[in-house]
Amino acid sequence: MDITNIAELTGNINTIGYGIAAIGPAIGLGMLIGKTLEGIARQPEVANQLRSTMFIGLAFVEILALLGFVAALIIS
Amino acid sequence: MITLHGTALAAEGGTDGFHAPSISDFFPPAIWFEGTIFEITRMQLVQFLAAAVLITVLVVSARRVKLVPGRFQNVLEMILDFVRVQIVESTMGKERGKPYLKLITTIFLTILAFNLTGIIPGINLAGTSRIGVPLLMALWVMVAYWAAGVRKHGLWGYLKANMFPPGVPVFVYPILAPIELLQLLIIRPGSLIIRLLANMVAGHIMLALCFLATHYLLLSAGGALAATSAITLFGAIALTLFEVFVAALQAFIFALLAAVYINMSLEEEH
Repeated sequence: MDITNIAELTGNINTIGYGIAAIGPAIGLGMLIGKTLEGIARQPEVANQLRSTMFIGLAFVEILALLGFVAALIIS
Repeated sequence: MITLHGTALAAEGGTDGFHAPSISDFFPPAIWFEGTIFEITRMQLVQFLAAAVLITVLVVSARRVKLVPGRFQNVLEMILDFVRVQIVESTMGKERGKPYLKLITTIFLTILAFNLTGIIPGINLAGTSRIGVPLLMALWVMVAYWAAGVRKHGLWGYLKANMFPPGVPVFVYPILAPIELLQLLIIRPGSLIIRLLANMVAGHIMLALCFLATHYLLLSAGGALAATSAITLFGAIALTLFEVFVAALQAFIFALLAAVYINMSLEEEH
């Protein structure tokens, strides 16, 4: 019996890997920014402090998505 | 010598095929001194240009400083005030932050200038999209927070406060201590480097993709497809504006994290 390929995939699937890697940070960013907005809405007088803390947290969440991007670029 | 990125790429392979942007965009061919360590490529020219513009602007405006600021001086004072109030004083406090104000301001302005070359039409290559500049800045930050900690607590005191924080069960220390040491030596500067570098690389690839797609769709695709080039052109303009935001945000985050790391080294022992 012959085995015939009915579908073939060429190239690499790094882009899909990056898509998966971006899911976690996306959820994280959503929660982070949403909660900060909630906090600012409840207590507008601490808005500045909340905002700079949010940026620090944002930096740590963002690095995960960027590592996925770097991995997609360098592993081929 | 300095050509628009899209036209330079399209000229290499004619106009018949579509050329996707790639990592090789960041390693342009040498212009002078090829093969030596002083090799000058388009990337180095961009970096020299950004540094020269930054130094000229700062020196000229510092010479002509007036008590009642003009419009130009006002903008510069706003930026300097932003760094002082929003970055240094909000994380470290007035007294503690004062010695580090110059370092943080230099880092912020340099990274901002180098990032902004990525969106200026005709240059379109961020000075921070090769590892050199982010590496230098991150190493500077690392030396600064180590020096701050060692000067305050002594070498052993600094390591002890970071690797063996009080209030942790003793059997956790074998796991915690190496991780904390790794954090101090590699993870903090490494994440600073990758955050800045990958953001700039990603931004350049998105922009280049939009411009190259516009070029290809308008000139080579023909027929009804040529009309879709309007969409990619609009996307390119929108992304350029987005990249201005990213350039400022990354400079802000780098400077903010530098201040936070230095502040962590200066904290009192509990």
